[in-house]
Formats: sequence, structure tokens, C-alpha cells
Amino acid sequence: MTAYVIRRLLLFVPMAVGIICVTFALLLLIPGDPASVLLGQEATAEGIASLRAAMGLDDPWYIRLGRYFADLAQGDMGRSIFQNAPVSEIILGRMGATIELAAVALFLSVVVGIGLGVLAAIRQGGIVDAATMLLAQLGISMPVYWLSLLLMLWFAVNLGWLPAIGRGEPLIPAFGMMLAGNPAPFLDSLAHITLPALSLAGNSAAIISRLVRTSMLEVLREDFVRTAKAKGMRRPQVVLGHALRNALLPVLSVIGLRFGALLGGAILTETIFAWPGLGQLTIAAISQRDVPLIQGIVLIFALIYATVTLAVDLAYAAVDPRIRLR
Amino acid sequence: MTDAAQPAPQAARARRRIRWPKALRSAPLIAGALISATIILLAIFAPFVATHDLTQMDMPNRFSGPSAEHWLGTDNFGRDLWSRLVYGARISVTIAIIAVTLSAIIGTVIGLVAGYFGGWVDLLLMRLTDIFLGFPPLVLVLAVVAVVGPGLLNVALSLVIVSWTEYARVVRSTTLSLREQNFVLAARAIGASPARILWREVLPNSLGPIIVLASLGLGTAIIWESALSFLGFGLPPPAPTWGWSLSYGTRFMREDPWMSIISGAAIMVTVLGFNLLGDGLRDLLDPRHQTRGKS
Repeated sequence: MTAYVIRRLLLFVPMAVGIICVTFALLLLIPGDPASVLLGQEATAEGIASLRAAMGLDDPWYIRLGRYFADLAQGDMGRSIFQNAPVSEIILGRMGATIELAAVALFLSVVVGIGLGVLAAIRQGGIVDAATMLLAQLGISMPVYWLSLLLMLWFAVNLGWLPAIGRGEPLIPAFGMMLAGNPAPFLDSLAHITLPALSLAGNSAAIISRLVRTSMLEVLREDFVRTAKAKGMRRPQVVLGHALRNALLPVLSVIGLRFGALLGGAILTETIFAWPGLGQLTIAAISQRDVPLIQGIVLIFALIYATVTLAVDLAYAAVDPRIRLR
Repeated sequence: MTDAAQPAPQAARARRRIRWPKALRSAPLIAGALISATIILLAIFAPFVATHDLTQMDMPNRFSGPSAEHWLGTDNFGRDLWSRLVYGARISVTIAIIAVTLSAIIGTVIGLVAGYFGGWVDLLLMRLTDIFLGFPPLVLVLAVVAVVGPGLLNVALSLVIVSWTEYARVVRSTTLSLREQNFVLAARAIGASPARILWREVLPNSLGPIIVLASLGLGTAIIWESALSFLGFGLPPPAPTWGWSLSYGTRFMREDPWMSIISGAAIMVTVLGFNLLGDGLRDLLDPRHQTRGKS
């Protein structure tokens, strides 16, 4: 176990270095000169040249790469060209909204996915199974932005039950306010996050449900399940207590991967639901070719993703006796 | 010699006799194949199946529903949606096929080399793969598009950057298991070069998973391509991309959501077709992986 954890942690280092190098390469490759963008249209050639020198843009790439690493080590991700603020500040201001959205979507997709998967598995070959798997197939094939649109049309425009765009208070402080006797902000936040989170979760819920079903079917055929049934244990306890616990192991490793997909998908849902997170920021930064900002966002997305994958792998090691007991 | 050659066609026929009914009994496979074939044919023959000129506007008839004149209704300029969607299929399918072919070739070569040679070659190539897998896919696609700019080949290229990794990992693992098989050892014993062994022995035996991945990959590529044009980073208008129609239609969503709904439906049906095909092929070609779980 310790050996595994150490090996896994050590693997994180070259991975992070690689991610940073790729991100840096993007800066070199994106067309457009930050210096001339900063100075605007009336810039003189001398002005641009001196600013380029001051920004260190004329140095060879390996010196700039070294400086990039040194700056990152101090938490400095450069300055946004258009917003005239440190990239790290801009990103920090937006990150919470995206992580909140992705986390709620992940929670929804895990709950729905496991529920549907178990249901399909215990009704294998029946109508419930076929219907659930058809639903899952549709869910996998449905583009996030289309599902967003349909949900918005139905629940926000036609029925008017939920707000179509925007975000309420951040969920956790709002939850605190509810505990303090003021439930209104929390309910408002829930109403705002429901549609974006649901549309973001659809895809992952479908994928997880298929995985859970396959995994459950395998476990249900195992000897220990037959033994549990033979000794007269009640069916719900066999299914949920014995089978599901073992069936969830392979699912766990996929959940980390899904989080990455959710972060990416958040770019689309945020655009549609005007959710003020990193996704919206990404689109703006790319449209304006705000190179330091694009670079910072890509890096942050990748690092969040890598950290979640690491956490899932470690959790997997802690749960799976084949690794834990080694 | 003639005697030795005799059993071969018989064996082939016997194998076919077992396989064909199974393929025909698989409803998802048939549905997937039919949908995919229809979409690809529509894309190829777009000029013949389109009923209207793409740019022909008809302002009095904007946002009309399906009718005999306009099978799927009209968009915000009164342009015929059926014709635009059919041409949109051309763009999406072309990009998807280019992206999937390039990803499959690059990923397969890397997987074959990593799996066959092992050691530090394997270590290096797999760490490289991990780095590319370390980015949320859509984020990397967008960043690459920011670098290369819009355009048909550029969009395809940006999709390749995120999708070759899957082929590399799968082909590597099949290569690892094939490497120790007797027929590969035999080929090595008679002095075949690594390139020949990989090309003649290992690759043909890895084709099943590659075909399955490619079929599923076409669906994914179409989703991403549409996502890019939805966000405004795909082919610029007047190209009739599905993503653009969907996104532009949202401006009129409160009164006339039809344009967005039908464009999204086109994307979904196409992706569904390729996914069903991929799942069906997987059940057929890889008995260990039973998504249907009938056994």
C-alpha cells in the first residue's frame, strides 16, 4: 500500500511537469504578439520592441520556459492582457463556481448512474433493463448543449419553474445561512444550479449506469453471491450489501475520468446558462486571444483534473484489498 | 499442396455461418449500421438530396414548421433546414472521418511500438500519452483551436490531439499480450524484422478493438466538432454546421425553438448511430466485453 501510494505520488511529478510544458508550448504557438496587443493600435515599432524586451519576449524559449516554471513556483501566472489583473486572481475568482457546478453534476451522475445501473442489472433481460439501457444510449449520444437547451426550454421557458440563467449565492455559504435560519439564499442557489448541473450530469450518468450494470451482472454471478442467497439472506441485502459494494470498484476509477469530462463540459453549460465560472472565462479569453489567461486556465483545468485523478487512484488503493494489503 | 489448401475455405465458411446470424440478431448493430450508412450516404449525395439552395432566403416564411415545401421547416432567414442539415452532415462527417483516421493511425503506431519494444520506449511513450490524457479533452481541443485557428483541417487536427491516446493505450495492451503468442515468436524465430512482425502478425490481430474504437470515435468527433461550431470556433458561417445552427437558433428560442431543436436532433441521431454501431461491433468482435450481458 505505502509503496503504491509513493509510486503514484511520484508519478504525479513528471505528469505535472509535462502538463506545464504543454501549456507553455501553447503560449509559444498562439499567433499574435502580446506586446502589440497591450499597446493598442497607435503603438510605434520602437514602443513594441522595448516592451517586448521588457516582457522578456525576445529571450530564447528555454529561458522563458525556465522563467515560467520559476514564476509558477511563486504562484505567479502572469497578467491578463485585457483585464489588466493577475491571471491567478481572475482564475481564483471564477474557479469556485465551476468546481461547484462540476461537483454537483458528478454527485447527480453517480447517484442516478448507480441507481439505474443496479435497477437494470437486477431486472436483466426485462423491459426495465431494455428501457434503462435505451435511455443510457440516448444519454451518451446526446450533446451536452442540446440537453441544456431542451431542459431550459421546458423547465425555464415553458413551465417557468426554474431560473434560466445565472447563479445564486455559492452553495456552501448559503447552506450556512440556512442553518442560521435564513433558507431563502440556499433555495435560490439550488434553483439556479439544478438545470446546469442536470444537463452536465446527463452524459456521465448514462456512462456510469452502463458500467454499473455490466459490473453488477459480473458480480451477481460470483460464488459468494450464491452463497449469500443460499444461506437465506434477503435479496435487497444480497444485492446492495454484497454485490453492489464489489461492483462499485471498477466504477470508482471511472469517476475520476468523468470529472475531467465534466470540467470540459462545464465550458458548454456555463456558456448556455450564463454560469459565471471558468468555462465562460475560457471562451472570452480564447476569443480575445488573451494568451496568459488562456494558458492559466488550461493549466488550472489540467491540474484540477490531475489532482482528482490522483485522489481517486489513492481512494481506489484504500478500498481495493488487492492493493491495500500488498 | 492442393489437399492442404482444401480445409481453409471450409473453415472460413463455417466461421461465417456462425458469425452472420449473430450479427443479424443484434438489433443495436443493425440499427447503428442503418443509421450510420444513411447519414454517410446523405452526406455524400448532399447536392442531390437537398431540395433548396443553401442561401436561398424566404423572409415571409422564416421559422415555418415542417411542410411539403420545407420538409424540416426553415431557419431565421427562411432558408430550408433540411438542405442545410444535409450539407451540415457533409461537414461533420468529413471532419469526423479525417480526425478518426489520423487518430487511429497515430495511436496505433505508438501503441504497437510501445507494446512491442517495451522498456524505456514504452515508458516514454506511455508517459507522453498520460500527459495528453491529463487535460480535460474539450479544454485541450479549445486551446489547440486557439492556436491553429478555424478551418476544416484545423478542427480535425485539434480533435486528433485528444483522441489518439485511446488507440495508443488499447493497441499497446493487445500488443503486449500478442507479443508472447506462438505465432509471433515463430515469426521472430525465422528472422522477421520487428516492422514486419508488427505489420503482418500483430496489427491484423489488433484490428477488432481498433475498429470498435474508430466507430465510437466517429460519434465523439461529431459531438466535439459541433461543440466547437456551437461555441463559434468551428467552420465560420456561411458554412451550415449543425453546431452553428443550434447556437444561432437559441437567440430565437423563446418564440421559435424549432431551428435549435432540429439541429441538435441531427447531431444526436448521427452520434447515436455511430455509438450503436460501435457497441454492436464490440459485442461481435470481442466476446469478453459483453455490453448486452445476455450470456
